[in-house]
Amino acid sequence: MWDWAFAFEILPILAHAAIISIEATLVGFVLAAGLGLVLALARIAFPWTAWPISVLVELIRSTPLLIQIFFLYFVFPSFGITLDAFTAGVLALGIHYAAYCSEVYRAGFDNIHRGQWEASIALNLSAWTTFRDIIIPQAIPPIVPALGNYLVALFKETPLLSAIAVLELMQTAKIIGSETFRYTEPITLVGLFFLAMSLVSASLIRAAERYLNRRPAR
Amino acid sequence: MGIRTLIVMLVASVVIIAILATQETYRIFVPGLLEGALLTAKITVLGALLAVAMGVLAALGKLYGPAPVRWLANIYIEIFRGTSALVQLFWLFFVLPQFGINLEAFTVAVLALGLNIGAYGAECARGAITSVARGQWEAATALNMTRFQMLRRIILPQAFIAMIPPWGNLFIELLKSTALVSLITLSDLAFKAQQMNQTTMKTIPIFTLVLLIYLAMSLVITIAMRYLEQRASRGLARGRTV
Repeated sequence: MWDWAFAFEILPILAHAAIISIEATLVGFVLAAGLGLVLALARIAFPWTAWPISVLVELIRSTPLLIQIFFLYFVFPSFGITLDAFTAGVLALGIHYAAYCSEVYRAGFDNIHRGQWEASIALNLSAWTTFRDIIIPQAIPPIVPALGNYLVALFKETPLLSAIAVLELMQTAKIIGSETFRYTEPITLVGLFFLAMSLVSASLIRAAERYLNRRPAR
Repeated sequence: MGIRTLIVMLVASVVIIAILATQETYRIFVPGLLEGALLTAKITVLGALLAVAMGVLAALGKLYGPAPVRWLANIYIEIFRGTSALVQLFWLFFVLPQFGINLEAFTVAVLALGLNIGAYGAECARGAITSVARGQWEAATALNMTRFQMLRRIILPQAFIAMIPPWGNLFIELLKSTALVSLITLSDLAFKAQQMNQTTMKTIPIFTLVLLIYLAMSLVITIAMRYLEQRASRGLARGRTV
């Protein structure tokens, strides 16, 4: 049933593919965190954007990521732009999770007391300074764990990139399976890899949460 | 978003689908996509039933079971939350046959997605059960109820109300993850979209329709869960404020 020799033989190939998965996760998350922040800030800076943005966020969050990946991958060529599978996939991951992240940021900003804004105006701080020195340092630390959870969620969605033939972990496992007719080892190893990574990151997030909750005395 | 806004969005998306369906470029895709949507709906409903059953059982096992049951519940929750849904789906689809267990693709889909969402549901069920006030347990003890009676008559009915909003979110996740079953040969909405896209290369009309259909389905879930929440929590304030 389980062949250790075969498992060790394919381990290096899978390890190499895992790097692609991690790359996709990191690039996707940077995109999600950045774009999410832009969406959240746009809602504050330009109140008229609040309604269109919330409809857009709702639309992105209530449709499957797989469909969004296919859509981006196939729609760009019809505008004359060809994206390779990795770029299209990472872009879709980033946009999908940006919708989730923007809500997290919004919760963070909503938790800032009105008085903080008013005091900044009273001190004649510019909008940029207010954001950089007053709002962001208070708004971001409490939401780091929530963002961390979305990082893990995004990581667990990277196997979807196999649907557009990105050579990440799942796709590599499937190729090994179809070449050798042995699916047990590759797919189980992929599962174990994800399990290990999620358990480790869950404990890292808990540690970050504890660290950030040590609020300075007021 | 308020329930009114959600209903307006649902009506708007259905109207847009209907208007598009009368257009030349969209019409040919509608029957096939609706057929796929039916399978998506079937998998979602059956998966949701399995998920609720597994979620509540795992939560009860983790909270009140004897040590082996507790471990089993923990292992189930960690494995299904810690690996991705697609890996679980492929594992059941490709690996189980190698152990001599051949399941139909449809069964695999319901099983994998139901178990996956059930593991997430277990945590919210556990939260809801522990959120029931201590006084309820004490009162039930004072009335000389057995442990089973307490759970069935006093604790779970109250916990279920607290579970409705998080389960609503999970059902949306379930609906979205049904798109994965297209990768194990089931012809659901995502599969039909992919197939039509390959044969006609009319990406924009096909995917516009597909996204609208998914949006409409998830709005139906959200609205239904909001309505259920309102109905279920009627008269609850009386008991809670004491």
